[in-house]
Amino acid sequence: MSGLNHALAGLLRRDLLLAFRHRGEMANPPLFFALIVTLYPLGVSPDAELLRTIAPGVIWIAALLAALFSLENLFRADFDDGALEQLLLSPYPLPLLVGVRVFAHWLVSGLPLLLLAPLLAVQLGLSPKAIGVLEATLLLGTPLLSLIGAIGVALTVGLRRGGILLTLLVLPLYIPVLIFATGAVAAAATGLPVEGPLYFLAALLALALTLAPPAIAAALRLSVN
Amino acid sequence: MWNFFHKLASPKHFYRVAGKMLPWLGGITLILLLAGLYLGLFVAPPDYQQGESYRIMFVHVPAAWMSLFIYTFMAALSGIAMIWNMKLAEVMVKSSAGLGASFTFLALATGSLWGKPMWGAWWVWDARLTSELILLFLYLGYIALTNAIEDPRVAARAGGILILVGVVNIPIIHYSVEWWNTLHQGPTVTRLDKPAIHASMLWPLLLMALGFQFYYFTVALMNARAEVLERFP
Repeated sequence: MSGLNHALAGLLRRDLLLAFRHRGEMANPPLFFALIVTLYPLGVSPDAELLRTIAPGVIWIAALLAALFSLENLFRADFDDGALEQLLLSPYPLPLLVGVRVFAHWLVSGLPLLLLAPLLAVQLGLSPKAIGVLEATLLLGTPLLSLIGAIGVALTVGLRRGGILLTLLVLPLYIPVLIFATGAVAAAATGLPVEGPLYFLAALLALALTLAPPAIAAALRLSVN
Repeated sequence: MWNFFHKLASPKHFYRVAGKMLPWLGGITLILLLAGLYLGLFVAPPDYQQGESYRIMFVHVPAAWMSLFIYTFMAALSGIAMIWNMKLAEVMVKSSAGLGASFTFLALATGSLWGKPMWGAWWVWDARLTSELILLFLYLGYIALTNAIEDPRVAARAGGILILVGVVNIPIIHYSVEWWNTLHQGPTVTRLDKPAIHASMLWPLLLMALGFQFYYFTVALMNARAEVLERFP
């Protein structure tokens, strides 16, 4: 058991170290996130009332796209240099190893969105209470995006042009997350109870935590053949 | 009984049996569709509220049913292919995907043709329409993925994983979309929710549904035969 813990800790340390050595790349998802949100007032209208209404959707769609585009890094580099094959050859259960990788990826690309979101929410005029709920939905929702997205990445990592295909595979599966998260924030903004959608998000996260890693592992074994 | 299934799993035997069944399946399809269309277009009375335009239901509803049936069927076959490593199940999944996408598209297209005179809009963001549209995207995602992978064996298994992931998600997507619609208080549209449908309208509907089902099996078997020739020369 200690061997397994050691392997998981080593894998987490390696992934985080690799990410911190490429600090420039780490800045990309939050920057992308901020830029997409900035485009909405420019493209739709600077009217404060309208922006407040659409703010949950705007922030969440931006988070969705930022998560989607950061996914490519999840297995691509390791696939190219052969490290992924070594991971598959490891004697430890692959779903656990993959789970750690996804967790590391979320720490690097999902967590920064949580730090940036309140700033963007203030710009769009969300109330403090709604911002609190927005943070809660992001905390529950962004790991979900990483877990579901990782299945798509694992399926397409062996293909030369997986990018657009990945969008087609993953975005329909993101729809429930988007609906519950924006529903919670919109409810908070209008003073309605928010527990229902938050519980739904938590349930989805529990479901994805148990079901996604085996699916990712199976897809990876298929792609690295 | 088991012996029959075992034999059917061998591509050579399947090719022969399917070839023998095809004329029968095709004939039954033709009879069912002709009978259903005749009863639906000429015998069934016009609706007291919707007039003649409700008759598009005889195509629209069976197509929507088929779109759901085929996805479930593909998921079951993918599970079989994965557990028992049965190549023929993979072949059937692949030959069903295009049909499933076509039925979904047909349901959406006839629905919007029906919606224009009834609701006054080609499209409303109603829960049922939206989940049907998402289903179309799921089908297209499967087709795109399996087309992008060159090795047919890997393509079939990758597609199988995607279908199984999708089938876990379909109920979640469906209920989340319904929840979303009720929250936003969109246009409340209830179709076919009238308590009972008269027998003169129910019969052609059932005949058409059965006809679509037989049509699906006929064309899927034809596709599968071609696929068998390609993969197991």
